[in-house]
Amino acid sequence: MADHLPALRDDDTETDLILREVLKDVLGLDAERVAAFDAETGLFGHLPELDSMAVAGLLTEVEDRLDILIEDDEVDGEMLETYGGLLAFVIAKKSEA
Amino acid sequence: MLLTWQEPGGSEEYALGFGPNDGPKILMLPAWFDESNKLRHFTIEVMRALADHGLASVLPDLPGCNESREPLEAQSMASWTVAAREAAETLDCSHVLAIRAGANIAPDLPGWAYAPLAGKTALRGLLRARVISSKEAGREEKREDLIELGMAEGLELAGHRLGSKMISQLVYAELPVETQLAEIKQTELGGAGLWLRMEPDHDEAQSAALAARIARDLRQ
Repeated sequence: MADHLPALRDDDTETDLILREVLKDVLGLDAERVAAFDAETGLFGHLPELDSMAVAGLLTEVEDRLDILIEDDEVDGEMLETYGGLLAFVIAKKSEA
Repeated sequence: MLLTWQEPGGSEEYALGFGPNDGPKILMLPAWFDESNKLRHFTIEVMRALADHGLASVLPDLPGCNESREPLEAQSMASWTVAAREAAETLDCSHVLAIRAGANIAPDLPGWAYAPLAGKTALRGLLRARVISSKEAGREEKREDLIELGMAEGLELAGHRLGSKMISQLVYAELPVETQLAEIKQTELGGAGLWLRMEPDHDEAQSAALAARIARDLRQ
Protein backbone atom coordinates (compact mmCIF):
# COMPACT_ATOMS: atom_id res chain seq x y z
CA MET A 1 0.00 0.00 0.00
CA ALA A 2 1.60 3.15 -1.23
CA ASP A 3 0.21 5.45 1.42
CA HIS A 4 1.48 3.44 4.36
CA LEU A 5 5.00 3.01 5.60
CA PRO A 6 6.43 -0.50 5.35
CA ALA A 7 6.75 -2.45 8.59
CA LEU A 8 9.74 -1.11 10.50
CA ARG A 9 12.30 -2.83 12.70
CA ASP A 10 12.67 -1.50 16.27
CA ASP A 11 15.73 0.59 15.44
CA ASP A 12 13.94 1.97 12.44
CA THR A 13 10.92 2.86 14.54
CA GLU A 14 13.17 4.96 16.70
CA THR A 15 14.68 6.60 13.62
CA ASP A 16 11.15 7.28 12.39
CA LEU A 17 10.24 8.94 15.70
CA ILE A 18 13.38 11.07 15.72
CA LEU A 19 12.83 12.14 12.12
CA ARG A 20 9.25 13.16 12.90
CA GLU A 21 10.52 15.09 15.91
CA VAL A 22 12.99 17.03 13.73
CA LEU A 23 10.26 17.79 11.19
CA LYS A 24 7.98 18.96 13.97
CA ASP A 25 10.68 21.37 15.15
CA VAL A 26 11.51 22.65 11.67
CA LEU A 27 7.96 22.94 10.38
CA GLY A 28 6.65 24.29 13.67
CA LEU A 29 3.75 21.81 13.59
CA ASP A 30 2.07 20.10 16.50
CA ALA A 31 2.92 16.49 17.28
CA GLU A 32 -0.44 15.23 16.08
CA ARG A 33 -0.02 16.55 12.55
CA VAL A 34 3.50 15.20 12.25
CA ALA A 35 2.37 11.81 13.60
CA ALA A 36 -0.12 11.70 10.72
CA PHE A 37 2.65 11.99 8.07
CA ASP A 38 2.71 8.95 5.82
CA ALA A 39 5.11 7.78 3.12
CA GLU A 40 3.44 10.00 0.52
CA THR A 41 3.34 13.20 2.55
CA GLY A 42 5.02 15.84 0.40
CA LEU A 43 7.99 17.79 1.77
CA PHE A 44 10.45 19.79 -0.35
CA GLY A 45 8.60 21.29 -3.28
CA HIS A 46 5.24 20.79 -1.56
CA LEU A 47 5.66 23.12 1.40
CA PRO A 48 6.49 26.60 0.07
CA GLU A 49 8.18 27.68 3.31
CA LEU A 50 10.52 24.69 3.25
CA ASP A 51 13.23 26.43 1.26
CA SER A 52 16.82 25.32 0.72
CA MET A 53 18.03 26.96 3.95
CA ALA A 54 15.35 25.19 5.98
CA VAL A 55 16.22 21.89 4.30
CA ALA A 56 19.90 22.44 5.06
CA GLY A 57 19.03 23.09 8.72
CA LEU A 58 16.81 20.03 8.75
CA LEU A 59 19.55 17.78 7.40
CA THR A 60 22.11 19.14 9.86
CA GLU A 61 19.71 18.50 12.72
CA VAL A 62 19.04 14.97 11.45
CA GLU A 63 22.81 14.38 11.34
CA ASP A 64 23.19 15.59 14.92
CA ARG A 65 20.33 13.64 16.40
CA LEU A 66 20.97 10.40 14.51
CA ASP A 67 24.75 10.61 14.49
CA ILE A 68 25.08 10.19 10.74
CA LEU A 69 26.85 12.22 8.05
CA ILE A 70 24.97 13.18 4.90
CA GLU A 71 27.07 14.14 1.88
CA ASP A 72 25.89 16.90 -0.45
CA ASP A 73 25.79 14.61 -3.45
CA GLU A 74 23.44 12.23 -1.65
CA VAL A 75 20.87 14.99 -1.32
CA ASP A 76 18.47 14.90 -4.23
CA GLY A 77 14.89 15.73 -5.07
CA GLU A 78 13.68 12.18 -4.67
CA MET A 79 14.96 11.78 -1.14
CA LEU A 80 13.48 15.10 -0.06
CA GLU A 81 10.21 14.98 -1.90
CA THR A 82 8.21 12.81 0.45
CA TYR A 83 8.36 11.72 4.05
CA GLY A 84 8.75 8.10 2.92
CA GLY A 85 11.71 9.01 0.70
CA LEU A 86 13.48 10.87 3.47
CA LEU A 87 12.84 8.13 6.02
CA ALA A 88 14.11 5.40 3.68
CA PHE A 89 17.27 7.42 3.04
CA VAL A 90 17.90 8.06 6.73
CA ILE A 91 17.30 4.42 7.68
CA ALA A 92 19.76 3.27 5.00
CA LYS A 93 22.29 5.83 6.25
CA LYS A 94 21.80 4.75 9.84
CA SER A 95 22.43 1.10 8.99
CA GLU A 96 25.73 2.08 7.30
CA ALA A 97 26.92 3.93 10.41
CA MET B 1 16.52 52.49 24.42
CA LEU B 2 18.47 53.18 21.24
CA LEU B 3 22.21 53.75 21.79
CA THR B 4 25.07 54.35 19.41
CA TRP B 5 28.68 53.23 19.50
CA GLN B 6 31.60 53.63 17.17
CA GLU B 7 32.98 50.48 15.64
CA PRO B 8 36.75 50.36 15.06
CA GLY B 9 36.34 50.99 11.31
CA GLY B 10 34.98 54.41 12.27
CA SER B 11 31.34 53.88 11.42
CA GLU B 12 28.65 54.70 13.96
CA GLU B 13 26.53 51.69 14.84
CA TYR B 14 23.29 51.34 16.76
CA ALA B 15 22.70 49.23 19.82
CA LEU B 16 19.50 48.44 21.69
CA GLY B 17 19.62 48.79 25.44
CA PHE B 18 17.26 47.39 28.08
CA GLY B 19 17.22 47.45 31.88
CA PRO B 20 18.63 49.61 34.68
CA ASN B 21 21.59 52.00 34.53
CA ASP B 22 23.55 50.23 37.24
CA GLY B 23 24.67 46.71 38.12
CA PRO B 24 25.99 44.13 35.67
CA LYS B 25 25.50 44.90 31.99
CA ILE B 26 25.35 42.06 29.49
CA LEU B 27 26.64 42.40 25.93
CA MET B 28 24.37 40.40 23.63
CA LEU B 29 26.18 38.93 20.64
CA PRO B 30 23.52 37.99 18.11
CA ALA B 31 23.26 34.90 15.91
CA TRP B 32 24.64 35.21 12.37
CA PHE B 33 23.43 35.19 8.80
CA ASP B 34 20.25 33.17 8.24
CA GLU B 35 19.90 32.57 11.97
CA SER B 36 20.04 36.24 12.93
CA ASN B 37 16.58 36.90 11.58
CA LYS B 38 15.11 33.77 13.09
CA LEU B 39 16.49 34.54 16.54
CA ARG B 40 15.98 38.33 16.59
CA HIS B 41 12.64 38.24 18.40
CA PHE B 42 13.94 35.65 20.85
CA THR B 43 17.04 37.77 21.53
CA ILE B 44 15.00 40.90 22.27
CA GLU B 45 12.62 38.93 24.50
CA VAL B 46 15.58 37.56 26.47
CA MET B 47 16.68 41.17 27.02
CA ARG B 48 13.21 42.20 28.19
CA ALA B 49 13.12 39.22 30.54
CA LEU B 50 16.60 40.11 31.86
CA ALA B 51 15.31 43.64 32.55
CA ASP B 52 12.43 42.10 34.53
CA HIS B 53 15.12 40.42 36.64
CA GLY B 54 16.70 43.87 37.13
CA LEU B 55 19.56 43.20 34.69
CA ALA B 56 20.82 45.52 31.97
CA SER B 57 21.75 44.32 28.49
CA VAL B 58 22.80 45.86 25.17
CA LEU B 59 22.54 44.44 21.67
CA PRO B 60 24.90 46.07 19.17
CA ASP B 61 24.49 45.85 15.41
CA LEU B 62 27.55 44.05 14.11
CA PRO B 63 29.23 46.04 11.32
CA GLY B 64 27.58 45.06 8.05
CA CYS B 65 24.33 43.93 9.73
CA ASN B 66 20.93 45.53 10.33
CA GLU B 67 21.23 49.33 10.24
CA SER B 68 25.01 49.36 9.77
CA ARG B 69 26.39 51.46 6.93
CA GLU B 70 29.37 49.14 6.51
CA PRO B 71 29.18 46.55 3.72
CA LEU B 72 28.84 42.99 5.01
CA GLU B 73 31.27 41.90 2.32
CA ALA B 74 34.05 43.88 4.02
CA GLN B 75 33.55 42.06 7.32
CA SER B 76 35.32 39.00 8.67
CA MET B 77 35.39 37.04 11.92
CA ALA B 78 38.46 39.08 12.84
CA SER B 79 36.73 42.43 12.23
CA TRP B 80 33.68 41.29 14.19
CA THR B 81 35.90 40.12 17.06
CA VAL B 82 37.46 43.59 17.26
CA ALA B 83 34.03 45.22 16.95
CA ALA B 84 32.58 43.05 19.74
CA ARG B 85 35.47 43.99 22.01
CA GLU B 86 35.02 47.66 21.17
CA ALA B 87 31.26 47.46 21.79
CA ALA B 88 31.86 45.80 25.17
CA GLU B 89 34.21 48.60 26.19
CA THR B 90 32.26 51.56 24.81
CA LEU B 91 28.93 50.31 26.11
CA ASP B 92 30.48 49.44 29.46
CA CYS B 93 29.60 45.74 29.58
CA SER B 94 30.59 43.44 32.43
CA HIS B 95 29.32 40.18 30.92
CA VAL B 96 28.52 38.67 27.57
CA LEU B 97 25.73 36.44 26.29
CA ALA B 98 26.77 34.98 22.96
CA ILE B 99 24.00 33.45 20.91
CA ARG B 100 24.88 30.59 18.51
CA ALA B 101 27.76 31.64 16.24
CA GLY B 102 28.17 34.81 18.32
CA ALA B 103 30.37 32.64 20.56
CA ASN B 104 33.11 32.79 17.91
CA ILE B 105 33.77 36.49 18.49
CA ALA B 106 33.13 36.93 22.22
CA PRO B 107 35.36 39.41 24.06
CA ASP B 108 37.27 38.20 27.10
CA LEU B 109 34.51 38.70 29.67
CA PRO B 110 32.64 36.29 31.90
CA GLY B 111 29.29 35.13 30.60
CA TRP B 112 27.40 32.50 28.65
CA ALA B 113 27.31 30.88 25.23
CA TYR B 114 23.81 29.81 24.26
CA ALA B 115 23.79 26.77 21.92
CA PRO B 116 27.19 27.79 20.50
CA LEU B 117 27.84 27.10 16.83
CA ALA B 118 31.37 26.95 15.41
CA GLY B 119 32.02 29.19 12.41
CA LYS B 120 32.86 26.17 10.27
CA THR B 121 29.52 24.55 11.11
CA ALA B 122 27.66 27.76 10.26
CA LEU B 123 29.43 27.84 6.90
CA ARG B 124 28.68 24.17 6.29
CA GLY B 125 24.94 24.86 6.66
CA LEU B 126 25.09 27.87 4.32
CA LEU B 127 27.01 25.91 1.68
CA ARG B 128 24.62 23.00 1.90
CA ALA B 129 21.67 25.33 1.34
CA ARG B 130 23.41 26.81 -1.70
CA VAL B 131 24.18 23.37 -3.15
CA ILE B 132 20.55 22.29 -2.65
CA SER B 133 19.07 25.41 -4.24
CA SER B 134 21.48 25.23 -7.18
CA LYS B 135 20.53 21.62 -7.73
CA GLU B 136 16.86 22.64 -7.61
CA ALA B 137 17.64 25.20 -10.33
CA GLY B 138 19.37 22.54 -12.42
CA ARG B 139 22.93 23.67 -11.65
CA GLU B 140 25.43 21.28 -10.17
CA GLU B 141 27.75 22.94 -7.65
CA LYS B 142 30.27 21.24 -5.39
CA ARG B 143 30.99 22.36 -1.88
CA GLU B 144 34.78 22.15 -2.38
CA ASP B 145 34.60 24.36 -5.49
CA LEU B 146 32.40 26.87 -3.70
CA ILE B 147 34.86 27.07 -0.80
CA GLU B 148 37.73 27.64 -3.20
CA LEU B 149 35.81 30.33 -5.07
CA GLY B 150 34.64 31.89 -1.80
CA MET B 151 38.15 32.07 -0.37
CA ALA B 152 39.32 33.84 -3.52
CA GLU B 153 36.40 36.12 -4.39
CA GLY B 154 33.74 35.86 -1.70
CA LEU B 155 30.39 34.14 -2.07
CA GLU B 156 26.66 34.81 -1.99
CA LEU B 157 25.19 32.50 0.65
CA ALA B 158 21.54 32.50 1.71
CA GLY B 159 21.20 36.06 0.46
CA HIS B 160 24.31 37.28 2.28
CA ARG B 161 27.29 38.50 0.31
CA LEU B 162 30.26 37.23 2.31
CA GLY B 163 33.75 38.44 1.46
CA SER B 164 36.79 36.27 0.85
CA LYS B 165 38.21 37.06 4.30
CA MET B 166 35.03 35.96 6.03
CA ILE B 167 34.86 32.69 4.07
CA SER B 168 38.58 31.98 4.62
CA GLN B 169 38.19 32.44 8.37
CA LEU B 170 34.91 30.54 8.66
CA VAL B 171 36.27 27.46 6.90
CA TYR B 172 38.56 26.59 9.81
CA ALA B 173 36.73 28.27 12.68
CA GLU B 174 36.33 26.00 15.69
CA LEU B 175 34.70 27.31 18.85
CA PRO B 176 37.26 28.98 21.13
CA VAL B 177 38.70 26.50 23.63
CA GLU B 178 39.86 29.10 26.13
CA THR B 179 36.69 30.89 27.08
CA GLN B 180 35.08 32.42 30.13
CA LEU B 181 31.68 31.56 28.74
CA ALA B 182 29.58 28.84 30.34
CA GLU B 183 27.71 26.83 27.73
CA ILE B 184 23.92 26.77 27.95
CA LYS B 185 22.54 23.90 25.90
CA GLN B 186 19.24 24.08 24.06
CA THR B 187 17.89 21.18 26.15
CA GLU B 188 18.11 23.42 29.24
CA LEU B 189 15.52 25.77 27.73
CA GLY B 190 13.07 23.04 26.75
CA GLY B 191 11.70 22.73 23.24
CA ALA B 192 13.59 22.97 19.98
CA GLY B 193 15.95 25.76 18.98
CA LEU B 194 14.08 28.53 17.18
CA TRP B 195 16.83 28.74 14.53
CA LEU B 196 15.46 25.48 13.14
CA ARG B 197 12.13 26.99 12.21
CA MET B 198 11.46 27.65 8.56
CA GLU B 199 10.09 31.05 9.48
CA PRO B 200 10.87 33.27 12.44
CA ASP B 201 8.84 32.23 15.44
CA HIS B 202 8.90 32.86 19.14
CA ASP B 203 8.60 30.80 22.32
CA GLU B 204 8.06 32.86 25.46
CA ALA B 205 9.00 29.92 27.70
CA GLN B 206 12.47 29.65 26.13
CA SER B 207 13.42 33.31 26.47
CA ALA B 208 12.14 33.31 30.06
CA ALA B 209 14.17 30.18 30.85
CA LEU B 210 17.38 31.64 29.43
CA ALA B 211 16.98 34.92 31.33
CA ALA B 212 16.14 33.05 34.55
CA ARG B 213 19.27 30.91 34.23
CA ILE B 214 21.44 34.01 33.78
CA ALA B 215 19.79 35.84 36.67
CA ARG B 216 20.37 32.78 38.86
CA ASP B 217 24.06 32.59 37.92
CA LEU B 218 24.55 36.28 38.66
CA ARG B 219 22.92 36.03 42.09
CA GLN B 220 25.33 33.29 43.18
